[in-house]
Formats: sequence, structure tokens, C-alpha cells
Amino acid sequence: MRKILVGVKRVVDYNVRVRVKPDGSGVITDGVKMSVNPFDEIALEEALRIRERGEASEVVAVSIGPDDAQQQLRTALAMGADRAILVKTDQVIEPLTAAQALLAIVRKENADLVIVGKQAIDDDAAQTAPMLAALWDRPQATFCSKVEIKGGTATIVREVDAGLETIEIDLPAVISADLRLNEPRYVKLPDIMKAKKKPLDVIELSSLGISAEPGLKPVLTEPPKPRSKGIMVKDVAELVDALKKKGLV
Amino acid sequence: MSKILVIAEHDGQKLNQATARCVSCARQVPGAEITIAVLAADPAAVASQAAALAGVAKVITVAAPHNAHPLAAVLAPQIVELARDYTHVFGASTAFGKDLMPRVAALLGVPQISDAMSVEGAYKFKRPTYAGNALVTLEAPADRKLVATVRTASFEAAGGGGSAAISAVTVSAAVPSHTRFVSVSAASSDRPDLASAPKVVSGGRALASKENFELIFKLAEVMGAAVGASRAAVDAGYAPNELQVGQTGKIIAPELYVAIGISGAIQHLTGIKDAKTIVAINKDGEAPIFEVADLGLVGDLFQIVPELQKSLAK
Repeated sequence: MRKILVGVKRVVDYNVRVRVKPDGSGVITDGVKMSVNPFDEIALEEALRIRERGEASEVVAVSIGPDDAQQQLRTALAMGADRAILVKTDQVIEPLTAAQALLAIVRKENADLVIVGKQAIDDDAAQTAPMLAALWDRPQATFCSKVEIKGGTATIVREVDAGLETIEIDLPAVISADLRLNEPRYVKLPDIMKAKKKPLDVIELSSLGISAEPGLKPVLTEPPKPRSKGIMVKDVAELVDALKKKGLV
Repeated sequence: MSKILVIAEHDGQKLNQATARCVSCARQVPGAEITIAVLAADPAAVASQAAALAGVAKVITVAAPHNAHPLAAVLAPQIVELARDYTHVFGASTAFGKDLMPRVAALLGVPQISDAMSVEGAYKFKRPTYAGNALVTLEAPADRKLVATVRTASFEAAGGGGSAAISAVTVSAAVPSHTRFVSVSAASSDRPDLASAPKVVSGGRALASKENFELIFKLAEVMGAAVGASRAAVDAGYAPNELQVGQTGKIIAPELYVAIGISGAIQHLTGIKDAKTIVAINKDGEAPIFEVADLGLVGDLFQIVPELQKSLAK
């Protein structure tokens, strides 16, 4: 295999407690720490391991987002991606648009495999992988916990509700990474220095002939209703009494 | 009128309860007329269960050997063809639906609303983002098909008593051979199903080993409860992946949820916030799980759990 493309989304860091804007127009992102979507880090790690096993020759990290997403692409380069592409847009885009943009890059780069995180921790949509596979008319393997590549096919273990499912897919294909696929490596300082010299191309989304206009209109963003405060019991007997009163045991 | 096509989830014999929850969501859509599509090798048994769900007007079946296993790449083109006469296409937000529905949406050229948690209008739905910390109401254009996955924890399962007509249909869509089913690990069938059980007992990192996790199974047994686990417990290998509860595992809404040795990371709380009663047992009184618990008990789980088991077994 020649080339693996990895999707890298810039998201609010998973440690940040997200707050909704008082006017209901979205969440507060100004001055908030941004990071690579954790599932995309797993996707990138898997691509790097496939390359390190000699089963691929190049790993290209792709992000779709604002100019600042170059920071996340530099992180991807420091982890070990060979080069990076930013498809630039200042608008918040939907997964369908992301899939269209990724497809344009897949075609341009003639990629053999695309790996993305199973979902982004901002919109939690979990749509980009299947949508890209559909538009590309290629196999999809979502929620992967194991990937084995043999020539033109891959054997994949997927985390499904019943347990683990094994499927076989022909390449090219789209894979989405689940939590237990691997543990991403830590970036070392010399790698960060090296990453500064790696190529990072910037392309305007509009230059790909893709509209950033969302198909779904966000009407209102609101915080969830808090649960009412509970009570503390002092021992098992009291707990069992309380459960019995509620008719739960 | 909203003509809604609900995609049945099943294992070849039994209709998954997630589909009944999906039907409940569909029933709340103004002017809903609901059809369930069953794609299977032999759809008869599943179709009759689907036809019995309250509120379902029609069941259509597509019988084909290639529908024996739920492969999104194989099912999606058939569903696109079936969707021609419908305004909405719904699937449950389960591993099955999350895999399949975006492929359907992309083939139809429309965006998808993931995890619909409430119906605000025929084309307007509320959904959770940021692990449930921000709820967004989205409006889809009424002149295009609306594809959505339904957050099953937000809807009760539709009842029985229905008697919808069942009809077999044929589809001409070409299905690809580039994706092949190999195997699936058998789910343990002797315990209640985590996704639909009224009671769930979950263990976390504090169990400290796979052997100790047996305490959770034993307590669940005397309570007639399903077993769940935190991400930390699954990552550490104390419990299998299909037991994971949370943002990236299963999102559940039982009557009773007992969290044992679980600190309550945001991503875990996302998976249980619709539970009616939450009980937390943890040695750290400051653990975030106590912020959402209806009943909290601070102490050593290795003492409390056997004691609780004994007192409930009486």
C-alpha cells in the first residue's frame, strides 16, 4: 500500500468543561484550549504503525477547519505523519461536507486507505467515516479495535453491541478507530522541532468546489437540565431501606 | 404528512428493542405514518414482531441471502431504494444504526441528525453534543428527506398490540461484494441485556482486577440486573467491551443504576443521565458521581458490595 490519509479534527480539549453561550447560539470556544480529537489521535497512531510495519509508505494528515487547525496538524506531524494538508474554511462544517472535502483529497492524493476517529468529541456525530465510504463507493469498517492488512484486503475487528464482529474488506477503504485500537504515542520535543520543517499545504475549501453551507440549521443551543441533588446514606441497611421505599428492590 | 421508514435492527430471529424505541420517537413526529423495513435472509419472524408494535402502519420485508448479516455497505443501497416513497428514514443510534444510517444519508445526499433525543417538529429535533453538555436543536429542510438516528435512552419502547400488514418487496439495487462478514462473538444470553434492562449494576476502576469484578456479577445476579462497566474498567481488561457504559459505549436509561467504584468522568455520566435512580458507592466522597447520584454511600466497596448482596439475597 502506498498512502494512508488520516483525518485530524481540531476540537475543544477533552478536559475543558464546555459552557453554552447565554444567547443560545452555541458553546463558548474563545480562549478555550483546543486539541486534536482524541479518536483521531488513535487513527493516526494506527496509520503510523501500519507504515512502520512496512505495509504503507506514506501517512498524510488532513484537517478541515480554520487557519488555527495548522496547530493540530503540526501535532500530527510531530507524532510522525509525513506531511499535512489543511482544507481551510472559517465556517463550522457538517460531517457531510467534511466527507465531501476528504473525498476530494482522497482522489487528488490517490489514497489507498483512510483512517479517522469514530467520532469527534465536539459534535459526537460519528458520521464522517460512513459518509466518506458511501461517496467514495468503497468499504467502511467503523468502530475498529483491530486492523490486519494483507495485500489488497484488511481483516477488521469491530466493537459492536453484541461484542466483537470480524469483517473482511477490500482496499481502498475507510476505517474508523475505536478506543481500544491502540494507545497513541507521546510526542517528544525533538519531534516537535522536526515537525516544523515537514510540508503543510493549505487549500481553500471553496477551491475544491464544495459549499460550506450547512444543510441543518442550529436553532438553539442550551445546557442540559441538572439532576436534583440526592441524599447520602450512612450504611448498607439505610441504602436497602431507601431502595425498598422506591420499590426498586 | 410524515411518511417515516424505520430500519429494523435484529439478529435474524429477534427484533431488537432499540427498534421499538425508534418507533416511539417516530410516533411523536407530527402526522407520522410509520413503516418498518426488515432486511434479512429470512425476515418472517422479525417482521411479525415488528408488525405487532403499536403505531406501526406497515412492515415491508426484503429477503436476500446477502442480508443475513448487517453490513452497512450492503444494506445502504437497498434502503436508499426503499426510501423513495418516504419523507423520513430513522434508525436506532446503536452500533448498527451508527454504522448504517450515515451511509444511507450520504447516498441520498442529505445531512443526518445523529442521536435525536426529542421531537420539536416534523423536521426539528434536539440532540446532545459535547458529551451531553450542550443540547442543540436542529432544523432540517422540509423539501428533502430527513435521515436521523434515534437516541434510544430518550424514548420508551413502543408497546405491542398492533397488527400492521406485512408485504414482501424486491429491490433492484446492486449490492457490493467488497465487504464480507466473517464472525461475531456470541453475546452471553443468560444475563439481562445491558441496553434495555430496568436495573444495571456497573463497576469501575476501583474493582482493581478481573477477579474482583466478579463481585459486580454476583450482586447483579441477586438483583436481576444487567452488568455494566466504566471505560476505565474495560480499558484495564476487568470487563469486556460490550459492557462499557458512557459517551463512547452504551447510553442507557434504566429504572435503577448502581455505580460501584466509578468516579464519574463526564463521558460516563453522559451514558447514565437518563437513569431514573442512580446509586453511587465509592470510597471518595468528593467523586463527581455523587453530584448526579440520588443515593450515595461513601465507603469501601469490598465491604459494602458483599454486605449489600447478602442483604438483598434474603
